Amino acid sequence: MHRSTSFWTFFLPPSLWLALFFLAPLALVFGFSFAEKRGLIDIVITGTLDNYLRALDPLYLRIFVKSFWFAGLTTLICLIMAFPIALIIAFSSAKWKPILLLLVILPFWTNLLIRTYALIAVLRTRGYVNFSAEWLWEKANAGLNLLGLGDYQLLGERFVPFELLYNNTAVVFGLVYVHLPFMVLPLYAALDRMDRSYIEASLDLGAGQLRTFFSVVMPLALPGIISGIIITFIPALGSFLTPDLLGGTDSQMIANVIERQFKSANDWPFGAALSFILMYITFFALAVRALADKGNRGSGSTPA
Amino acid sequence: MMKTRYGYRPSRRRFLAGVGATAAAGLTLPKFGWAAEEPKLNFYNWDTYIGETTLDDFKKASGIEVKMDLFADNDELFAKLKEGNPGYDLIVPTNDYVERMISEDMLVEIDHSKISNLANIEDVFMKAVFDPGRRYSLPYMWGTIGIGYRKSALANPPTSWRSLYDSDEFSGRIALLADSGVVIGIGLKYLGYSFNDADPAHIKEVEALLIRQKGHIKTFAEDNGQDLLASGEVDLTMEWNGDILQVMDEDDDIGYSVPEEGGLLWEDTLAIPTGAPHPENAHRFIDYILDAQVGASIAEFIYYATPNKAAKQYLPADYLENPAIFPPPETVEKSETAIYLGEERQRLIDEAWTRINAA
Repeated sequence: MHRSTSFWTFFLPPSLWLALFFLAPLALVFGFSFAEKRGLIDIVITGTLDNYLRALDPLYLRIFVKSFWFAGLTTLICLIMAFPIALIIAFSSAKWKPILLLLVILPFWTNLLIRTYALIAVLRTRGYVNFSAEWLWEKANAGLNLLGLGDYQLLGERFVPFELLYNNTAVVFGLVYVHLPFMVLPLYAALDRMDRSYIEASLDLGAGQLRTFFSVVMPLALPGIISGIIITFIPALGSFLTPDLLGGTDSQMIANVIERQFKSANDWPFGAALSFILMYITFFALAVRALADKGNRGSGSTPA
Repeated sequence: MMKTRYGYRPSRRRFLAGVGATAAAGLTLPKFGWAAEEPKLNFYNWDTYIGETTLDDFKKASGIEVKMDLFADNDELFAKLKEGNPGYDLIVPTNDYVERMISEDMLVEIDHSKISNLANIEDVFMKAVFDPGRRYSLPYMWGTIGIGYRKSALANPPTSWRSLYDSDEFSGRIALLADSGVVIGIGLKYLGYSFNDADPAHIKEVEALLIRQKGHIKTFAEDNGQDLLASGEVDLTMEWNGDILQVMDEDDDIGYSVPEEGGLLWEDTLAIPTGAPHPENAHRFIDYILDAQVGASIAEFIYYATPNKAAKQYLPADYLENPAIFPPPETVEKSETAIYLGEERQRLIDEAWTRINAA
């Protein structure tokens, strides 16, 4: 009796929270995805599959593919960039570790919208990158003039600013910038837990630095890599602010389409279906991962 | 049958926390007239869209305290209210949304007998097509969508939408609004149809036109076209006149014109949403805003065109003669107001927009 009371005091609030603010809204949106619009406001759940069928139109499938491509590329770049960062943090002294970790987490203290606008100020035609480039261009040109090569205009007649914004590269750049910490943190956690003696053994036994990295460090960090990929890829896939603000006229991602269904297009059922397709894909990926984990544990190849 | 009108309160948690239980109680109070209403008013408005001291002055004049919340666009306003009014007394929807809200019983009728300043409004605004007889809304401000441009980058001010829709002359220096209805509607106008044309073939023509032109357009701006123009990112941008006016104020090199084909005319209105806890206070505030001097002080501060003819005597010449506030009458003549044309057209427009962006 006593035990069950204390169980409920501990687990009722979070369960209620979960049910009220996570499961209930999710169930609602799930219901909407099988609904029909009646007029402007009324939505009737009829069990129709029309919204899902509409989402299978090649138009939307292409946007799904494009979003996967953006998110995948973002994840890959994050992984390549985050690995050295995580290694440095994991191998730095106890004094530096918290400082370096703080630097990784620091951007989270600023709102995403503000960080994106800051990025615009850095990258735009009259932004800091182009100002610096122009300054270098002027100095280089002055140098050439000094050498008597000024008349040849080797660097072009005038400075041409880089087009850094409003294209797909800018979107991926922005996504990498936003999601990098999501990759660094799980990698760091995995590398920090790693038994260093494996690395020493590998080096002692004659493996080179690269060989040690790919044959020892990488496999040991694999759980961190997989977690990092998952928690980077999923939010990147659902981004809409970054393509909206940094993208050009062909940077639309699926979340932009979803956002419009809930706003200007006022088609909640279709927007709900598109969101749930993203959810199904995510769950499927997580299930595959869980199965793979089970398989590994079953074969006993990598004892934890 | 399941409806989206549920009992739960939508997400304006911050707002609800501020207003507290009083607003919730107000929702259920029967209407006893003025005496029964607490001296409060919950105003849901656009950002920087009221006079600097209007709310304080109103409190001094009436004792009613106005609490103002801000929305970013009509879609947000509509989405927030469609689940049931979370406690707002007065909102500022744009004409086509007034129409939608009327059709969904989301607005209550305004009692004209309580608006003593009704006669201050110019007659043309009392004949609005979107709200016949102005039973549900009264005009607040109006304006146009046109082209904001950098004077030094152009030989002549743009006179046609062709510069934005159908020409490589300004390739890579153009921004359009990221608003499917506006961009396609203006495209229809450029092709000689009505802004409100619903013929799928005509919409398809605009789609093809924009897909062709896309390579020359730098971006579809999220209501920050004026910043793109001010920072030199683009030289021409489709924008709301008020946004361009704000940057014209800081930069003499920026101009605004409504092309000869005409632009989009918009009108923001004052309306009382269904379920408003303080409808009497809302009437008083509407009447206050429509006062000649109050209207003039708001218009001079936010720099939009006022529909208040009595206010004009208090307004300076540089406001009244500014072509970006009051375009030439013949251009206004050719401009159109957006009308709500049903969900079917809405879907056509959205699908065309998705295809334009995906192309």
